[in-house]
Amino acid sequence: MTTEKLELFEVFVRSKRGLDHKHIGSLHAQDPEQALEYARDCYTRRSEGVSIWVVRSADICASQEDDAESFYDPSDDKPYRHATYYQLPDPVNNM
Amino acid sequence: MSEQKQLKQATLEYAVRLGDDALVLGHRISEWVSYGPFLEEDIAYGNVALDYIGRARMFYSYAAQLTGDDKTEDHFAYMRNEREFSNLLINELPKGDFAYSQLRQLLVDVYASLFLAELVKSKDDTLAAIAAKAIKETRYHLRRSRDWVLRLGDGTQESHNRAQTALDALWGYSHEMFEMDALEQQLADASIGVDVAALRGQWHARVSDILIEATLVVPEDGWKVRGGREGYHTENLGHLLTEMQFVHRSHPGCQW
Repeated sequence: MTTEKLELFEVFVRSKRGLDHKHIGSLHAQDPEQALEYARDCYTRRSEGVSIWVVRSADICASQEDDAESFYDPSDDKPYRHATYYQLPDPVNNM
Repeated sequence: MSEQKQLKQATLEYAVRLGDDALVLGHRISEWVSYGPFLEEDIAYGNVALDYIGRARMFYSYAAQLTGDDKTEDHFAYMRNEREFSNLLINELPKGDFAYSQLRQLLVDVYASLFLAELVKSKDDTLAAIAAKAIKETRYHLRRSRDWVLRLGDGTQESHNRAQTALDALWGYSHEMFEMDALEQQLADASIGVDVAALRGQWHARVSDILIEATLVVPEDGWKVRGGREGYHTENLGHLLTEMQFVHRSHPGCQW
């Protein structure tokens, strides 16, 4: 048997101290249920997590390399969008 | 021998039996490592093998402690011959194809889930503690084996045929799991061991539910094989032990 007929899933795990699920890898499985079990076996054997999400990779809408120019370059010349751009008045000590 | 001493000796033998069951099946499952149908399953089933070998260590360590001499878990695992092993025969059968291993796993997992739920109540604190740890693992093993039996039984014509063939070949080995001998009866009466004969009905019902859902035919009870608890094994166990014990016996007392 090969993985050709299996689907690819992305795995997100929330660690004991973590507040959010973090992407930790991907795996092949026949359906989401099986993907969840494999995620448990492949990514949480050393007690890394307390909660797992699996998502079909095909269901993820991702930005493309080609999009980079139109997506990100326009913000390059807008430094005023960063808080550090502004000079704070002296009385404000903790910011 | 005083009654208490006799009970201690019986508990020791019982721990060795349970250790043998776990070690032999754990070794069989480990034979899938690097031969799994795909990488994820290879890792997952390898984890199950490790659970079983860890379980064997706990039972053997307890047995070693009960002997009162300087025996260790390694003595039980590596220094005994097949006639001294008392595992159930179903655990020593060769791994076969993937369907065969998963059908065996289902029959054993359902049994273990019922057995351990009883052993948790043992008056022997150590056995109860081992059971409490093991039952969590077994619930996960059962989730896996049930899934696979459903997938294979209700999958393609090929997978269905292989699953049914495996089931028919294994069924005659399932009866031994529910046999009580004098030792087990003595321990059950003392609320230390499990009355396995009483588990048979529940086992049959649970296994049948899963098999039927998997579109498989539950075999009729016909031929049955026994003998593992007395050290009468299939020829497969000797080959398994040869491979498993070779390094330890070739280098006695070797330390890593």
